[in-house]
Amino acid sequence: MIKLMKGNEALAEAAIRVGADAYFGYPITPQSEVLEYLAREAEQRTGMVVLQAESEVASINMVYGAAGTGKKVWTSSSSPGISLMQEGISYIASAELPCLIVNVQRGGPGLGTIQPAQSDYFQTVKGGGHGDYKLIVLAPATVQEMSDFVKLSFELAFKYRNPVMILTDGALGQMMEKVEFFEQQERTTEKLDWATVGKPEDREHNVITSLHIKPDKMEEINIHLQKKYSTITENEIRYEEIMCDDAEYIITAFGLVARICTKAAEIAREKGIKVGVFRPISLFPFPYEQIKLHTANIKGILDVEMNAGQMIEDVKLAVEGKVPVEFHGRMGGIVPTPDEILEALENYIAGGKL
Amino acid sequence: MSVEMIETKVFERPKSLIDTEMHYCPGCGHGVAHRLITEVIDEMGIQEETIGVAPVGCSVFAYNYIDVDFSEAAHGRASAVATGIKRVLPEKYVFSYQGDGDLAAIGTGETIHTCNRGENILIIFINNGIYGMTGGQMAPTTLPKMKSTTSPFGRDTKSMGYPLKITELIAALPGTYYVTRQSVHKPLNVRRAKKAIQKGFEYQKLNKGTCFVEIVSNCPSNWKMTPVESNQWMDKHMLDYYPLGDIKAPNLKEA
Repeated sequence: MIKLMKGNEALAEAAIRVGADAYFGYPITPQSEVLEYLAREAEQRTGMVVLQAESEVASINMVYGAAGTGKKVWTSSSSPGISLMQEGISYIASAELPCLIVNVQRGGPGLGTIQPAQSDYFQTVKGGGHGDYKLIVLAPATVQEMSDFVKLSFELAFKYRNPVMILTDGALGQMMEKVEFFEQQERTTEKLDWATVGKPEDREHNVITSLHIKPDKMEEINIHLQKKYSTITENEIRYEEIMCDDAEYIITAFGLVARICTKAAEIAREKGIKVGVFRPISLFPFPYEQIKLHTANIKGILDVEMNAGQMIEDVKLAVEGKVPVEFHGRMGGIVPTPDEILEALENYIAGGKL
Repeated sequence: MSVEMIETKVFERPKSLIDTEMHYCPGCGHGVAHRLITEVIDEMGIQEETIGVAPVGCSVFAYNYIDVDFSEAAHGRASAVATGIKRVLPEKYVFSYQGDGDLAAIGTGETIHTCNRGENILIIFINNGIYGMTGGQMAPTTLPKMKSTTSPFGRDTKSMGYPLKITELIAALPGTYYVTRQSVHKPLNVRRAKKAIQKGFEYQKLNKGTCFVEIVSNCPSNWKMTPVESNQWMDKHMLDYYPLGDIKAPNLKEA
C-alpha cells in the first residue's frame, strides 16, 4: 500500500503494522502527530495499548515496565522530552529490555526551538544517560525509512535485547512523502524466558533490575554489555554511498541532511567537481572502516550537520588523519540549502583546506 | 504403654516468602509487611499471576524476599512501571511496594497520576517518616519537630514545609477504589493490615480502580531507638498525625 503521509504518521502507522503492543508518550512539538495518529487508529485496529502519560519521565518508565514483560513497546518524543527520559533509558539498557524510542529532534539547547535539528547526536550516540551503555541508533533520511526502520528497530531490539533509537528530526517528522507500507503483522509475543509475566511453578522468579550492588557482579554485567555491543558492531553497520566510486571529495551527513547534500553533490558534478555523499544509517554502530576505505582515493571530506559539529568527531576518528575533514553546519533549527553546502565546499577547496 | 504424638503446625514460612536472610534492621516493619503480602499471595493462590514492582529505598531488594516475578523501578517511578506492566498484562495481579521518599517526594507525580487514571493495581506504601536507605534524612512525611540528619534541630515547618498526607490526597481522587492506612506494630494491627492487603489484591479483579494501602511503620536505626521504643514512639506520635483506618472504602453492595 502506497500512501502520502507525514513522517510522524508513518512512524505510527508502521508501529501498528509491525504489531506493537503498547505505546506510552507525552505530547511535544514536533512529534505530537505520533500520539494523535495512534489515538485515532491503533487500539481499534490491533488492540495496541496507547497511553498518554503525565510526563516523559512516566512514559519511559511505563516502557520499562511493559518491555519487561517481553511485549513490543515503544515511545517517541522530541529533544527536551528525550533528555527527561535519559535515566529511564540507562535503566532499560542495563536491564537489557528490547524497545523502540524515537527522537524527532528539535533545536536546542534548553527549550530551544520547535524547528528541526540534529544536535542530539552526542546524547544519543555517546551516552545521554549515566553509565557505559549503547543504544542501537538508526537515522532515517526519508519518510519511507521512517516506516521501514520501525520494523527493523523491533527486529534488532529483540535480537540483541537492547533499546533502539530512531534519531530523526522535525523536518522529516512533518514533511509528507510517498511511503509504501509493509503488510499488517499479527500481534504475537513469543514466550521469553526472562520476561516478568508471572512465575510458573517450574522456574525461578524473573527479576528485571539494573541494581547489582556487588562490584564484581556489576563489572560482569558491564563486560557482558560491552561484548554485546561488539557483536552489534560486527553485524549491524548500515550506510549508504552515493556517487562515491569516482569521488574526489566526500560529504558525510546523516538523516535528511544527506539528501540535501546529495543535491549539492549533483550540482557540484555539473560544475565538474566530483563529489560523493557517504550517509551513515546506523550511528551506533558507526561505519568507521567503511569511511576509512575511501581515504585512499579522495582529497578530503566535508561533514555537514544541523548542529555545531557532532558526528564530525566520529568521521575524524574514522579517517585517522589521512585526509582533511572540514565542517559546515547550521544550528537553531535552520536547514542548510544545497547551494550553501556547495559554496562551503568550494571555499574550503579554494582556501587549500580540502 | 504407647505415646500418641499429635503435631499441629502453628507457624510456617509462606511458600512465596524466600527462605533467606533479610537485610532489614532488627525490629523494622518491612519484614512483617513482606510476610503479609506473601501470606495473602499464598492464600489466594496467585503466585503465578502476580508481578511486583520494587522501589528505590530500603525495600529496593524486596525481590530477593518475595518469590514472584519482579521489576525493580527507578526512584519514584514504581507506579509508572506498574502501569506499564498492568496495561499489557491486564489479567495479572500487579502491585508496587514503595517507601515515603519514593512515593511521596520524588514520585509524587507518578503516584497522583497513576491513582487518578485508576490503574487497577495495588500500591503498598510504607511510611516511616524518614529516608532509611540513605541514612536518616528528612522525608516528606517526617513529623514537625522530628529530628533527622537533614533536619538536625527538628523539622521546622516554616522552612521545610509540612508532613505530606498523601494518602488523604489519593483518597480524594475518583480513580481510587480502596484507600486505607494501617500499621504492623501490634498483633491486632498486623491482622488488620493483612486484611487490607488482601482486599487490595482481590479488588484488582473488579477493575474499579487503584487500591492504596499505607502502612505506618518504624525505623529503629535512624530514629535511634530500640525496636520496642520505636513502636511506642510511632504509636504515640506518628499515629496522631497519620490516623489508622479506611479513608475510602468501596460500597461492597455496589461492587
